[in-house]
This record gives sequence, C-alpha cells and structure tokens, in this order.
Amino acid sequence: MSATTTAPRAGATALPAFRPSMKVPISLGVLALIALVFFGFLGPDKTAEMKISDSGDAVVVPALMIPGQVGGVVLGILLLAMAAYSIYLWTRGERSPKWLPIAFAVVFVFALLVWIVAGARQPSISLAGLVAGSVTLAVPLVFGSLSGVLCERVGVVNIAIEGQLLGGAFTAALVATITGSPYIGLIAAAAAGAAVSMVLAVFSIKYLVNQIIVGVVLNVLVSGLTGFLFGTLMVPNKEQFNTPGRLDILPIPLLSDIPIIGPILFEQSIAGYLMYVAVAVVWFGLFKTRWGLRVRAVGEHPQAADTLGINVNATRFWNVTLGGAIAGIGGAVFTLVTIDSFTKDISGGRGFIALAALIFGRWNPIGAFLASLLFGFAYNLQSILGIIGTPVPSQFMAMLPYLVTIFAVAGLVGKSRPPAASGIPYVKG
Amino acid sequence: MTEKDQAQSDQTPAESTAEVRAADVSLDTAGGMLEPSIVPVSSQSGDSGHQQGSVMRRIVMGNGFVSVLAVIVALFLGGLLIASTDSQVAKTAGYLFARPTDFLSALWAAMTESYGALFQGSVFSPREGFKPILETMTVATPLICAGLGVALAFRAGLFNIGAQGQIIISATLAAYVGFAWHLPFGLHLLVVLIMGVLGGAVWGAIVGILKARTGAHEVIVTIMLNYVALFLLDFLLNTAAFRRPGDNSPISPRLDESATYPVLIPGSRLHLGFLVAVALTYGVWWLLNRSTIGFEFRAVGANPIAARTAGVRVSRATILVMAMAGALAAFGGVAQVAGTEKVLTGGVAAQIGFDSITVALLGRSTPWGTFFAGLLFGAFRAGAVQMQIQTGTPIDIVLVVQSLIVLFIAAPPLIRSIFRLEPKKKTKTPKAAPKAALANATGGAK
Repeated sequence: MSATTTAPRAGATALPAFRPSMKVPISLGVLALIALVFFGFLGPDKTAEMKISDSGDAVVVPALMIPGQVGGVVLGILLLAMAAYSIYLWTRGERSPKWLPIAFAVVFVFALLVWIVAGARQPSISLAGLVAGSVTLAVPLVFGSLSGVLCERVGVVNIAIEGQLLGGAFTAALVATITGSPYIGLIAAAAAGAAVSMVLAVFSIKYLVNQIIVGVVLNVLVSGLTGFLFGTLMVPNKEQFNTPGRLDILPIPLLSDIPIIGPILFEQSIAGYLMYVAVAVVWFGLFKTRWGLRVRAVGEHPQAADTLGINVNATRFWNVTLGGAIAGIGGAVFTLVTIDSFTKDISGGRGFIALAALIFGRWNPIGAFLASLLFGFAYNLQSILGIIGTPVPSQFMAMLPYLVTIFAVAGLVGKSRPPAASGIPYVKG
Repeated sequence: MTEKDQAQSDQTPAESTAEVRAADVSLDTAGGMLEPSIVPVSSQSGDSGHQQGSVMRRIVMGNGFVSVLAVIVALFLGGLLIASTDSQVAKTAGYLFARPTDFLSALWAAMTESYGALFQGSVFSPREGFKPILETMTVATPLICAGLGVALAFRAGLFNIGAQGQIIISATLAAYVGFAWHLPFGLHLLVVLIMGVLGGAVWGAIVGILKARTGAHEVIVTIMLNYVALFLLDFLLNTAAFRRPGDNSPISPRLDESATYPVLIPGSRLHLGFLVAVALTYGVWWLLNRSTIGFEFRAVGANPIAARTAGVRVSRATILVMAMAGALAAFGGVAQVAGTEKVLTGGVAAQIGFDSITVALLGRSTPWGTFFAGLLFGAFRAGAVQMQIQTGTPIDIVLVVQSLIVLFIAAPPLIRSIFRLEPKKKTKTPKAAPKAALANATGGAK
C-alpha cells in the first residue's frame, strides 16, 4: 500500500522498498518456538497412539504411533521452518502466501494433539472419530457463520445468529413432531430463522434502530419465547410436541467406504450435505456473480451502489432474510441431527462462536467454513480431553475459539477487516 | 430541538455525514446536554427544554411517555402469550363466535392471574405486606450497577456487551478474598470490594486498550471475553483452591461474615449493596454531568472526530470509560457474592450482564433512568419466581417482556405509529440523525 501511495511523489528514481506487515512472521515464529519448547523439549515421553480406521472398516490402516517428545521436536522444527520461510519472504519484501498460515495452523494443531494425547492417562485416540466429531459439531457453526457473512457483506451486523439458531432449533423440533416429517421441520426451521432475521432487518433498515441493539435484544427475545413455549407446551406434552425424530443419514454408495474421509464427507444427513452446498454456493454467489458484486458494493459503499441504481435497502433486507434462513437450517441440526428433542437454550452460545468464526474467517464463506471446522475441533477436543484424562483442563480448550478471535480482531493474527459499511444504516439522500 | 432546526436538518439531507454529524452535535449540545449517541438522537430524553408545542403534546410526544407506552404494550403482548397457552382460553376460543365474552373473560383472567402473581411477588402481597419490594430491591442491585456500567459506555459511544464477564471476574476475585483471607471486620469487606472492583475494571480496560490501540471492535471483544470469563470461573471452581474442603461439587465455601454486606432490614435479603448502588447512580450522574472527564466521555460518544479536534484524547477516554464501566459492573458482581448469594457458583452472574444491557437501554443511558429501569426489571425478576410458583407461567416470559420493551423503545416511530401519535408533519424523526448517531457507535478508531 505504501508503495502505491508514495511512488508518484518520490519519483521514479527511489522507490521505497515495500514492507509488508511483520505481524504474520513474528506470530508464526513465536508460536513455532512455543511448540518446539513446550511440545518438544518439555513434551511427555509417552507414545501417542492415533487410530486411523476402525477394525470394522473395509481397508484397515495401521494406527499412527508418535513418541511424544520426538514427535514434538520434529513438528516444532517443521513449524520453525515455516516461520523461517515467512520471515525470509518478509526480508525480500513479499507477503506470506495465504496457504502458509493455514498449513502452519494444521501442523500446530497436530503438534498440540500429540502433546495432549501423549500426556494423557490413556494415550490413545481415534483420529477418524475425532475429525468426524469435529465436522458434526461444526455443522451448525458453518450455517451460522454463513448467515453472518451474508448479513455483514451487505452491511448489517448480525449479532442475532444465536437467536436464529435457537429459533430454527425450536421450530424444527415443533414442526417435525406435529407433521411427523423431519424434512418439513427442516424447511420450517429455515422459515423461522428467516423470520427472526426479518425482525432484525425491519428494525435496523426501516426504523434505523442500531443493529447491535436489535441483535442483542433479539437473542433475548428468542431465548425467552422458546423457553416459555418449551415450558408450557413441550414439557407437559413431550409426545405431542417434542419428539421430532432424526433426519436420515444418507451414505453415498462407494464414496462412503473410503477410509477416514469417507465417513466424514459422505455419510451425513441432508443437512450435512446442504452445508457443503451452502458454502460453495455462497462463495460462488458472492465473488463470481453479478448479485454478489452488488451485495458487496452495498456492504462496502452503499452511496456508490445506490448511484448505480441498486436498491440498497431492498438488497439488505433480502440478504439478511436469506442469511436468517441459512442459520435456521443450522439450528435444525441441533434438534434433528445431534439429538432428537429440544431443550431450553439448546444452542448454548454456539451463535457467538459462529460470529467468532466469521470474523476469524475474515468475512469470507470459505474462511468462515475453515474457522468453523477449527472451532468445532476445539469443541470436540474439549469433550475428548475429559475422557482420556489429560493434564490440560478442558475449560482452556473451550476458551480457545474466543481467545483466538480476540487475537484476530486485535490484528495480532493477520488483519481482519469488516465490510466498510457494516453496521451503518443507509438513508437515501 | 425546535421545529426550525428539525426542518433544517431535513432540508439538507445531501450533506456529507461529517457535516450532519456536526449539526447533530450542535443540536444536541444546544441545551447544554450532550446526549448519548447510541439511542437514536430523536428518542433521547432530557432535551425537553427545547421542545415546542403545547404542554399536552409535549407529554404525549415526550420520551418518558413513549417509554411507559412501550412497557404497557410489551406487558400486553406478554399477557397474550401467557393467555395463548392457557387451557381455559383455548377452550373458550373453540366457541369464540358463539360467546365472545367467555373468551375475553378467560383471556383477561389468564393475564391478570399471572401478572397479579408477578405483582405480589415483587411489590405487595396481602400475606407479606410490602416485604416483596425488599426482594425486588435486592435483585435490582446488581442490575443497577451493571446497567450503569453499560450506560456509561453507551454515553461514550461504546457498546459494553461485556458486563457478564466483568461481573464474573469481579465476583470470582471478591469471593476468593472473602472466603480465603480472614481479615478484621470492616477491613475485610473493603478489601473484598477493592479486589472485585479492580478485577472488573481490568477486565473492562482490556477491551478499551484493544479498541484504542488496535481498533478491535468492542462488541466482538466483550462477547468473547464473556465466554473466557465463564470458562475461567468454571475452571477455578474445579480447583481445590475454590472448592469446599471434602466436597466435589463446583461451589465455593461461604464467604466470611466480615466479608459480606450487612443486611439493612432484618428478615429480608436487602443489603448495603443497594445503598452502594444508589450512591453509584449519583456518582455516575455527577461524573457525566458535572465533571470534565464526563464531558469528554460524552463528547467522544457524540462525535469522536470533533472531540479529537477539540483536544480530547479519544484513546485515553476509551480506555478510561471501559475501565469505569467494568468497575461499575464489578460492583454488581460484588453485590452478588458479598450480598445476595454469599457463595460463588458457576451461575453467580445468572443473566445479569445481559439484562443490564436492556436496563441501560430502557433507562436511555441516563444514570437515574437506569436506576429505575433496574428497579423495574428487578421487580420482574423477583416477581417471576412467585409467578412461576403460583400460576406455573415460566420465568422466561420476563425475557420476552424485557426484550419487547427495549425493541419498542429503540424504535420510537413504531410505538408512535401503533398509537397514532405520529405528528402530521414528519419532522419528528430527522432521518440523518440516527445515521450519524450510529456511525458514531462504531467509533472513530475503526
């Protein structure tokens, strides 16, 4: 950036060298050192067993046996090498490529896993189960964060993801029980999420109420409404109102037999497949279509978009509604896939993790998807930690997504920049 | 705001945002009262000094009146919700057209029964006299403290969603000092108070520092810190230092007698913390309206760019106001552990942090408004317990009513249109004003 702005003034003779931010190389370096010292040199001396396939699978892959200390050192050196590469690029005035932090994160998480498992009372873990569980837990997060992406890209801050998830979960359980079909429940969940979103849209666009206020209040409203109806309808008449049944798991023939990735990718309910479709469609729509260009224009510079003849507030309204519908489907996952009934506040703050995921994913559908997977992994690890008995308190694992997000918004891990007009209502004129 | 000013601001919609903002500031400071930027300018209280028109119209159009209407409408809608699940109402609805009076009386009965129980649990009951009102005041104490914290941040243009985390951290620290240290009477309570308030202030200041130094949005940071605090408390309650000796459940030992607020009226739970809350309300009023720092806060809230131009150090004000907001919420946390609960549990903060946001909004971010809003919501909370026992209506109805109240108050045009109070000339809602106000809310440091 400095190169482009100063070049014309400085003349052609002495172009100041372009210096990208040092934040990425430095944070990678620090993390790599932490990994080397704590996971490597101070690491546990037991051997971590990582089972890859179950004994019942068609193709049995032998379990990975990683000695804690040696593994930690090797992985730590690998991380250091990546950090060194990033620093080398920085000295040459180049930015680190996008894959580097992602690859770094994957290796770092793996090193963390080895460290945790090798230090546990029972140093054995099923890798396939771990990843599959993470994906399952990530599904509502992905839907929630996609909703956030759609809303924020068009300039409306969506703090109400939690409410949309909860509304979707409740409606899915209620409608699926009454109609007897989880699929109708799924559609109803989308409608409920859209309804919550419409309130957000009407209040923030028509009445110009601050979007954050509406979001916060909507979360309370939905929590109160569903809690009230749960108490008065569902608790006394569980059979009648709260036995929705589950969405069928639809394995794709052949593909689902692939070891490890088969069960993760191709043995899902319809909601799981919808998740992949939604990520792809939202990404393609936002970045490759005319609609997406308009949406982003409205989110970045509504005045300019208006000048070009785009109806800013209508675009906002429908995008926010669409986002709500997507989050509603995510909510249905709680009551139609994870467990088969509604309980009070079943979303349990997952909407805020989705918000974190969308920020950590830098307002990009694919970034949000990857961040949701990471946070789903942290969530899953947290429960597994308790089972295998590690010295690391599970609460710190649970804290991780939130801490990572704080670092992300503070610009310590790359720079997260929201769409320019996000949170600012547009008044024509 | 005079009609003329209104007309002017409507006539010049094409002005750049900065100019509109400047105009707003001049409008708002005209009466010598800088108003909070969060709530749309048109809906703010305290500017009745420059409203024209007849006395009647001023009352009808005034914001206090709209607040009252909002409460009434929200209560009515909540009542409908209660009635909708009532079996008698459902039965009479079956022959609604044959005998509508049956339906209406059943509807009325369902609503009045629940709200009657609510009233008995919060203000006056024939059996206990005015004792329930003491319980209302007890429940309201942390709500008022935390609400003041949220309101103070609002006035400086900051969204403090983090009262929950600030309460948790302060309650944790205060409780630890309360049961682990054994100090003489008087001194102990003071140390508990200082430690708790310090904890909350630091937890709030983190947000302010991140906002001022890196531009991190305070809404995101506070939400995330709430969860960090929650898990931290969960972790601590599972360590030997915080658990009762020989007990595995996550609950702390009881605080020493010397570490707790003395009870004000024997036979009730009302403790000294309530008087502290009253003092804090006055303190915040003084700070905002009589002190230089308060003026700086309001200036930053109204327009950070203008404030910077005028020589206010915006980043310092941001850090300071968040630390103060955290400290105020912390008084709520201390009131919980040292006054109401006397032990530390995972649910010590309950929903107080989130309720306090609605309290501040209902109070329109003014200290005394927040105080009375806190009392109202405290009454809801205290009465809802009684309501659930007597009529089986779930406590969650309180959440519904609270959020509806805030929605209606946040959108004055809505409540005015419901009651057809909209003036014929559409000058009441200068459209550019909320826009500027909201732009401020996101802050200049973005």
